[in-house]
Amino acid sequence: MAIDEGLKSELQKQGIFVLPFEQLYNWGRKSSIWPLQFGLACCAIEMIASAASRYDLARFGAEVFRATPRQADLMIVAGTVTKKMAPQVVRLYNQMPEPKYCIAMGACAISGGPFKDGYNVLKGIDRYIPVDVHIPGCPPRPEALIHAIMTLQRKIANQHLEKGQRPRWYDKNAASEYAIPAFGEHDLQPTANREVWQPPRDYRDVTLEDVKKP
Amino acid sequence: MEAIEKIKEIAAQAVPAAKIEIINSTPAAQQPALLVDREHIYAVGKFFKEDPRFQMDFCSCVTAVDYLPKADKSGCIEVVYHLYSVAQKQGPIVLKVRAPRELDQCRVPSLTPLWRACEFQEREAYDLYGVKFDGHPDLRRILMWDEFVDHPMRKDYVPPPDYEWEPTPHDDTLQRAVEEGGIMPPTAREELEKAKKK
Amino acid sequence: MIQPLTDAKPYTLTPGSNGVIETQTLEVSIGPQHPSTHGVFRMDCVLDGESVVALKPVMGYLHRNHEQLAERMAWLGSMPYTDRLDYFNSMTNNWAYALAVEKLAGIKVPDRAEYIRVIMAELTRLLNHSCVIGFMLQDLGAWGTPLLYAFRERERILDLYEAVSGSRMMCNYMRFGGVRVNLTDENLATAKDIATRFPRFLDEFEKLLTNNEVLLARTQRVGVLPKELAINAGISGPMARASGVDYDLRKVDKYGVYGRLEFRVPLGDIGDVYDRYYIRVLEMRESIKILQQALRDIPQGPHIAPEVKLRNFKIPPGDGYGRIEGPKGELGFYLVSDEGGKQPYRYHVRPPSFINLTILEDMCVGHKVADVVVILGSVDIVLGEVDR
Repeated sequence: MAIDEGLKSELQKQGIFVLPFEQLYNWGRKSSIWPLQFGLACCAIEMIASAASRYDLARFGAEVFRATPRQADLMIVAGTVTKKMAPQVVRLYNQMPEPKYCIAMGACAISGGPFKDGYNVLKGIDRYIPVDVHIPGCPPRPEALIHAIMTLQRKIANQHLEKGQRPRWYDKNAASEYAIPAFGEHDLQPTANREVWQPPRDYRDVTLEDVKKP
Repeated sequence: MEAIEKIKEIAAQAVPAAKIEIINSTPAAQQPALLVDREHIYAVGKFFKEDPRFQMDFCSCVTAVDYLPKADKSGCIEVVYHLYSVAQKQGPIVLKVRAPRELDQCRVPSLTPLWRACEFQEREAYDLYGVKFDGHPDLRRILMWDEFVDHPMRKDYVPPPDYEWEPTPHDDTLQRAVEEGGIMPPTAREELEKAKKK
Repeated sequence: MIQPLTDAKPYTLTPGSNGVIETQTLEVSIGPQHPSTHGVFRMDCVLDGESVVALKPVMGYLHRNHEQLAERMAWLGSMPYTDRLDYFNSMTNNWAYALAVEKLAGIKVPDRAEYIRVIMAELTRLLNHSCVIGFMLQDLGAWGTPLLYAFRERERILDLYEAVSGSRMMCNYMRFGGVRVNLTDENLATAKDIATRFPRFLDEFEKLLTNNEVLLARTQRVGVLPKELAINAGISGPMARASGVDYDLRKVDKYGVYGRLEFRVPLGDIGDVYDRYYIRVLEMRESIKILQQALRDIPQGPHIAPEVKLRNFKIPPGDGYGRIEGPKGELGFYLVSDEGGKQPYRYHVRPPSFINLTILEDMCVGHKVADVVVILGSVDIVLGEVDR
């Protein structure tokens, strides 16, 4: 399978590129990530700044912000996801065609961030949809977003098309939609999608005596 | 602007039936308020808006405050209006009105017919505090979703139990997590098992 | 091949009672994900053809419980949260909160700190207004160009913020009784540089926009807001002044050192979208004047009142309301302190962009749905502040 590295670089000097099909395919995909034009809160301004004059996201092929999810490859969850907004975020992600990726930008999208204790704040978007790259920061600098896109590009470049190693979305029948939570009387129902997100083990068999310090 | 005692006197002359009381702000802020009874808040507000001495045409800020019952006094929900005058560049006159905390009795007259500025702010006070404004043209929830039943800014509101992802639960958070069956981080679990073995 | 018309299936018009074709209204929900709603804002419109019959704003998609969180922490603890209210203008938000607390506690601010605050607030106004115009033009279909120019200037101002406070957007710079760190001569030189460069940018911006035929056609006589309604609905800031309401808190309250600075308050006379655009341009020009005066007059001295103890900070029981003229309008904080006095018992933000949305329906009804987007752009909302 693998081509001799020496021969490969020798051919490259002559302008001949020999590479496996999957590398070409992934190169094309990773160099044209179209993000969804979708901002939630403060981080969205830094997202715009990274696409604007100084930081110029276009250098990474990711400047084509699409306003409709049907044309987007990447969802940048830029800002606090509130419980009122969470169903819409999941619905937007469902409407995106495969292969699709998700970047959780900023502390709020990762875990609720500074607003974690709020009654209307979702404690991380990874409770409902799978996240590929997390960027910490409040808000992350544009450089951090660019780094996240480069990380995602590396991830895309390493996806294999061979049988047995294929990513989930390559299977025609793989589910690509995630359950949309409903508005309940006190909270979202359910509070997390257990297919996507597994909580750490719980306290139910622990008594108060166990946790009290000796 | 006149002193607050004078303003109170003028308002009491204009609306003789109204019970008006002066409530002091912090000593430094110098913004004493007029506490008006529920039945006459509309008339007093209308007077301040239309009287040429005041011309309070700009209702800046409307909000509610929840006072829990204490040992010596009963609780209440207080709605606060901050009035300014654009025409005469003066203010503020602070109007306060109190209603009982019980949800079915927590009603005050709406001042939206006087100032459009109250429309969204009263809806917000209804959403977060459960104050019903009689005479409001469109009293719906504004910030929370429609199916939501609680009024979350009340001081006795209990949020749904959710202690997942608390990295280092401690004190009452830890206690509540244990009692209500919250989620424990794996490292804490390991430490706990070590302590048990000893 | 095209079928001849005679062969097509014949159809008949079914006239209504007066011989008019019956039509239906159409309900369209714009948002919460829509590029022109400036965040997660929704408008439920009822349309008759393309004209708007009714419009209800729906908000709360970014309601992140700022007020309740602030009631659980010490007075100073909510200062970083105020940055995230209106995330374009963290400096003015800081100032509004600091001013309200200073009012409640009776703290006097040293002169140098007041000047630093004025410099920061006016830089914020430049930043906000230029970006708002950029976004409004983005909504009009000028893809990118004005917004990219505005963001280029914004980066220069953010560089100064970062040098001063350590953060680009979330500055957390003001403290009760002053500001966190003093400005160095180098910072002041940068600010001066911005103040000298900015008029050139504004000239360029105006050359591009002010007499632009497309802009004139799309904005004049669109979304007119009458003066009486503006006052009655509590509209503040550039929006009210575009309708001719002479109410600028910098002149009325004379907080800080604005009483010592010379500037004028531009007023519009029609109150349409174009007036709101042009008022912002004129306000930027006035801001530059204020900046130049403040940079000239700034005295030496302490940057924070030395007697204020920020650790274990307490306020005597009572309430109070403090407000400033933010770039979007009157930003006020209503605070209540109770017996302990260590943390706010009630903490309420009077957000300008939330209250400015009250009359959105009145401005939009009768216009085309494409104009709704522009009218919303001219209101200048930031959802962090609308929903808190």
